[in-house]
Amino acid sequence: MGTLWFWIVVLMLTAYVVLDGFDLGVGAIYLFVARTEPERQQALRSIGPVWDGNEVWLLAAGGTLFFAFPLLYASAFSGFYLPLMMVLWLLILRGISIELRGHSTDPLWRTFFDALFSLSSILLIVFFGAALANVVRGVPLGTDDYFFLPLWTDFRTGASPGILDWYTILGGLLAVAALALHGALYLALKTEAALERRALRIARRLWPIAILLTAIDIPATVIARPASLNNFAGHPIVFLIPLVVLASLATMRFTMTRQSRLTSFLSSCTYLIAMLVGAATGLFPVLLPAVGSHGQDLTVARAISGPHTLRVGLAWWSVGMCLAALYFGIVYWLFRGKVPTDAEGYGH
Amino acid sequence: MDALTLHRIHFAFTITYHYLFPQLTMGLALLIVVLKTLALRTVDPEASANYDKSSRFWAKIFAINFLLGVVTGIPMEFQFGTNWSEFSRRTGGVIGMPLAMEGIFSFFLESAFLGLFLFGEKRLSRTMHWLSAVLVFIGSWISGFFIIVTNAWMQHPVGYTLLPNGVYEVASFRQLLFNPWAWLEYAHNMCAAVVTGSFVMAAVGALYLLQNREGPYGRIFLKLGVVAGFISCVLQVFPTGDLHGKYMAKHQPTAIAAMEGLFHSEKGAGMILMGQPNYDAQTIDNPLVVNKVLSFLIYGTTAAEVQGLDHFPRDQWPSTLPLLFYSYHIMVGLGTWFGALMAIAAFLLWRGKLYAANWILWPILLSWPLPYIATTAGWMTAEIGRQPWLVYGLIRTAQGSSIHVTAGNSLFTLLGFLGMYTALSLLWIITVYNHIQTGPQAAPHAAHTDSVTV
Repeated sequence: MGTLWFWIVVLMLTAYVVLDGFDLGVGAIYLFVARTEPERQQALRSIGPVWDGNEVWLLAAGGTLFFAFPLLYASAFSGFYLPLMMVLWLLILRGISIELRGHSTDPLWRTFFDALFSLSSILLIVFFGAALANVVRGVPLGTDDYFFLPLWTDFRTGASPGILDWYTILGGLLAVAALALHGALYLALKTEAALERRALRIARRLWPIAILLTAIDIPATVIARPASLNNFAGHPIVFLIPLVVLASLATMRFTMTRQSRLTSFLSSCTYLIAMLVGAATGLFPVLLPAVGSHGQDLTVARAISGPHTLRVGLAWWSVGMCLAALYFGIVYWLFRGKVPTDAEGYGH
Repeated sequence: MDALTLHRIHFAFTITYHYLFPQLTMGLALLIVVLKTLALRTVDPEASANYDKSSRFWAKIFAINFLLGVVTGIPMEFQFGTNWSEFSRRTGGVIGMPLAMEGIFSFFLESAFLGLFLFGEKRLSRTMHWLSAVLVFIGSWISGFFIIVTNAWMQHPVGYTLLPNGVYEVASFRQLLFNPWAWLEYAHNMCAAVVTGSFVMAAVGALYLLQNREGPYGRIFLKLGVVAGFISCVLQVFPTGDLHGKYMAKHQPTAIAAMEGLFHSEKGAGMILMGQPNYDAQTIDNPLVVNKVLSFLIYGTTAAEVQGLDHFPRDQWPSTLPLLFYSYHIMVGLGTWFGALMAIAAFLLWRGKLYAANWILWPILLSWPLPYIATTAGWMTAEIGRQPWLVYGLIRTAQGSSIHVTAGNSLFTLLGFLGMYTALSLLWIITVYNHIQTGPQAAPHAAHTDSVTV
């Protein structure tokens, strides 16, 4: 049961990264890719009907984590207190900038919210990447299973790391490259004309950076937490995961020049899924590794909820996920195809 | 200030601010469904178009408030873990369940169909567009339900078992969802949301009529606001408020005693309409009392004895007693005003005199902030009344907060939220004011051409 819930949470977080990832990525490149007012409206319209629903995956994953692994929720959320609060502020700023931008035609008003949208998107991606890296690297858990991480110490991994060290900064940078690329491919898929061409050009430039950072990050993970390799050593079949990463990156580049937008975007989805599944495989059955000499790793077995809670949860979770998949199917189907360039034509 | 106090202020401030938005959107969602239904059912094409335009106007206000509800709501879920980690660790196996269900059953539904409702008017048939409005309404009311289930478990825990490692888990899913406290609280709270929505809509209608602008829209908004407002105000008092109060008297007698300012047990207890609790002397200063009413309201007979605070040990008294007393009295006082105002307005509407009766349009216009205050006071009554417990009878508030999050860190983020929410308030005022000034007539045919999500 614990194993099942571990992968359920991984599934939901992966859905969050793949879905909200593209609208965050659009935000990250927004100022560079969309230059004129019609282009900016076009870029925003491509994510308008879906970004809010994409963000729900974060909340739904958080809620699931809360009831399936209460000890992890309590320990990790209070331990990552400061960066989490900053994530909340960034989510607030990003949400209002998308919504409020259109409430005035004043160019100053729009310029302000454009910048806020892009900046908060970039910072959110950095925080999410660094957060994942923090979980992979481990935290100084105490004997009471709690910890409190400062924002930085000496920027080294080891017994007393901070939120930011060389490894987590690398994770943040990789996340920016990967999601900006993801967003660029989404824009290329959903928009037309100059915007589409520019999005594709940005994607081509980001691609080698993403490759390079991925190539650095995988060995860096082994240095930051050697135990990450345990599951790989025990089950050689999981070496397929890095192969999928490579294959998806190759497909992405190949299809970018061959005008198959959907395939490029789906390769990017596959790349993100493989990276996250790889990270989760490296962790399992640990949820939050301990560094230093005090506490023990927070494992699935120690953090899992009571059996009855989990049984009941599985019943409604399955129903709920089918419904959610149905809603997403309807929305993405109705808003399929490219966003028209003329402003009046969209949706009205 | 110590860390515990700061964690409490942190949560109290962020939840109070957050709930300013959902109370409007849950009420408005229902009223928008009514407008869309009227548009669909009205044969006369011009009248039907007016209802459609009305719903577009309110959809934009809905969207701003919905978004602010979303962005201020995410911190609520996070804060259980960040600031109340001991509480989360011990009760996550119970309250994590309704919180996760809210995300999965409500937010997915709401966000998907809000996108369709706001963006899809031309892509969908009229019936499908109406259906998306209905689904947004259902989604937002499901969301309210799961939050109330969570809160009701903290007020009146049922259906749980304590595991050997000191954490709680669900023993009966049915009992958790059908907690009587939850259904009473839900009914009372959702009526309050309709009161807020109705008062806001009626106030905009009154504004347009007083300014003599926007043609038929002032009358449409005022009429719907008054009809829905009158019905919800009546239901708010009876049966929802009445039943909730009686149930509370049975299960949280200390809260009732403190709310009513009843320091000493009394037979035929009177109801204090106004006064100032004097904690040291254990009396109410300058009391304005209606004899025997309290006994009657709780037990149905004027002779019954109501237990005062002296009946209970001091360590079980709600910790901020005067604030509880005032919150409760503000809620009840404002509720009385709402009922009276809406009854007069509804009478004038029936007699066909409402639209020209400036003397009643003015108080309707000015009363729009009051439901926000009443609802906030009502929630303060519930939450302060639960003290000193975090989960009534099981976990004390002092045992629930995060051990390793220091006072300095909590104050840092509290100040951050204060600043952030000040900015949000200003933006809310600017955008909602502009939208009301623009009015439904001037709004472009497609309400959302300029904006992305609106």
